[in-house]
Amino acid sequence: MAEARLRRPRGRDPLGLRRALSARLLSGLVAAMALLAALAIAGAGGAAGLAARWEGGAAAAMTVQLPAAAAADGRLPRALEALAEMPEVAAARPMDQARLAALLRPWLGEAPALPLPVVIELRLAELPEEPALLATRIAAAVPGAAVEAHGVWVARLLALARSLEAVALAALLLVAGIAVTVVAVAVRAGIAARRDAIALLHDLGATDADIAGRFAARAAWLVGAGGLLGTLLAVPVLAGFANLAAPLLGTAPGTGWQGLPWARLPWPELAALPPLAAALGWATAQATVRRWLRRLP
Amino acid sequence: MVRFAGVGLHYADPPGRSSGAGRAALQDLTFTLPAGSFHWLLGESGAGKSSLLRLMQLAQRPTSGVVEVLGADLSRTRRRALPGLRRRIGVVWQDFRLLPHLTVRDNVALPLRIAGRAEAALLADVAEMLRWAGLESRADALPAALSGGEQQRAALARAVVMRPALLLADEPTGNLDAAQARRVLALLQEMHRLGTTVVVATHAESLVEAFPAPALRLRAGRLMSHG
Repeated sequence: MAEARLRRPRGRDPLGLRRALSARLLSGLVAAMALLAALAIAGAGGAAGLAARWEGGAAAAMTVQLPAAAAADGRLPRALEALAEMPEVAAARPMDQARLAALLRPWLGEAPALPLPVVIELRLAELPEEPALLATRIAAAVPGAAVEAHGVWVARLLALARSLEAVALAALLLVAGIAVTVVAVAVRAGIAARRDAIALLHDLGATDADIAGRFAARAAWLVGAGGLLGTLLAVPVLAGFANLAAPLLGTAPGTGWQGLPWARLPWPELAALPPLAAALGWATAQATVRRWLRRLP
Repeated sequence: MVRFAGVGLHYADPPGRSSGAGRAALQDLTFTLPAGSFHWLLGESGAGKSSLLRLMQLAQRPTSGVVEVLGADLSRTRRRALPGLRRRIGVVWQDFRLLPHLTVRDNVALPLRIAGRAEAALLADVAEMLRWAGLESRADALPAALSGGEQQRAALARAVVMRPALLLADEPTGNLDAAQARRVLALLQEMHRLGTTVVVATHAESLVEAFPAPALRLRAGRLMSHG
C-alpha cells in the first residue's frame, strides 16, 4: 500500500509537468505580480475613497457672504428663500456668529468691535461641473452677495483622485496582461519540453481536453500559490500605506503593529486575488495548449 | 476492419525546398484487411510502411482516397471522435515510446488512465499484462533500466492492455536478438489468436518465413502485392 502511494503521483503525472512547469519560477513571478496587483487594487480603492469623501463632503460646499446689516434689514431671509428655490442647493444655513468669530480669530484676533459679515453655508445636491458658473447664478439670485466657490479646487482634487483611480485600474489590467503572457510562455516552454509525451498521449487516445486539463491544473496550482504568496506579502505593506494616508481620510495614524488600520484594507478584493489568479492561469494554459494541439490530427 | 481505396499521402516539401508537389509517401493504395486477420507489412526502408501504419493508427489523414478503420471513414470522421477510435487501436512503435519518467507499471497503465479507468480497477489488468509479457519482476523499473527486449515487451503490453480491436507493430523486432524477436512475435500471434486484427511491419524476410501469414508488400509507396 505504501508502495502504491509512492508510485501514484508519478502515474498521475504522465507528462512530467512537476518538472516541466517550474514551480519556483512561475510562482515567484506571479507572486511579484500579485503584490503589484494588490497595491494597484488598494491604490484604486484609496483614490476612490478620497474622491467620494471630497465629493460628498467639502466638495459639495459653497459659502455666500452678505454685509453685516443683512441680518437686520431682511436680506438674509430673502437670500435663504432664493437659495432654497435653486435645485442645485440641497441646504442653505446661516453660520453661527460665534463660530464665524472663532474661524476668523487666527487672522483677526479678538476684535469684538469689528462687524462680521453674514455667512450662509451651502450644501449642494451634487458637485457642479462648472462651479464658477453656479457661483455667478447664486450671486445673481442674491443681490449684494459674495460667493466663494472653493469647489473649483475641490473639483480639481477630485479629478486628480479619479485619475489616480483610473491609473491604478490600468496598472491592474497591465499586471493581469503580463501575468497571462508569463503563464503562456511558461506553458509553451512546458509543451516544448514534453512534446514527445504529449504526442504519445494523443496517439494513445487522450482528448485535447485531457491534455490541456493536465497543464491547466498544474498552472492553476502554481499561479494560485504565487498569487497567495504575493497577496500575503502585500498585506503589511498596504497596512503601512493606509496608516500614512489616515490623515487624508480624517483619522489619526496609529502607532505600532496593532495600531495599523487593518480594518481599512480591502479584504474582499485581497481574498479574491489568489483564486482569480488561479483562474487566469487555468484559462491561459487551456487556451495555449489547445491552440498547440490543433496542429495534431 | 481496415479498408484503403485509392489512398495517397504526400508530405509537404521542407521550407526553402519547395517543388510544389511535395513528396509522395504513398500512392494509390487499395486493399482490405478483414477483422481477426494477421498481415505482414513488407518493404525496404523508405517504402512507406511507417506512413501506412500512421494512417491505420489515425495519426495522419490521407491526402487522397478513402481510409476506413474500425468502420470509420477517416476523411469524414470529426476530429473530436478520433480519440475514442484510437483507444481501440494498439500500437507498438519502432522506438518503443515509453515515457522515461514513468515505471514500467505506469507506462502499461497509461492507456487505461487515459480512458478514465478507476485506479482500483486498472491494477489487476496491468498486473495481468505484465505477467503476460514476462515483466512482473520489472514492474517498478524505469525504462532506462530495461534491456531492449524488455522495453519492446513493455511497449507491447501497453499496446494490448486496452484489448484493442486492431494491433499495429512497426518493426517490433528490429532491435532485438533472435530469441527476443521470437518471443515478441509469439506474443503478437497470441493476440491474433484471441481475435485481434494484427498488422506487423518489417523488412526482415526471415521472420515472415518463420511465421507465415498474408503480406502487403510495398515498394516506393506503391502496393506491389497483397496476399
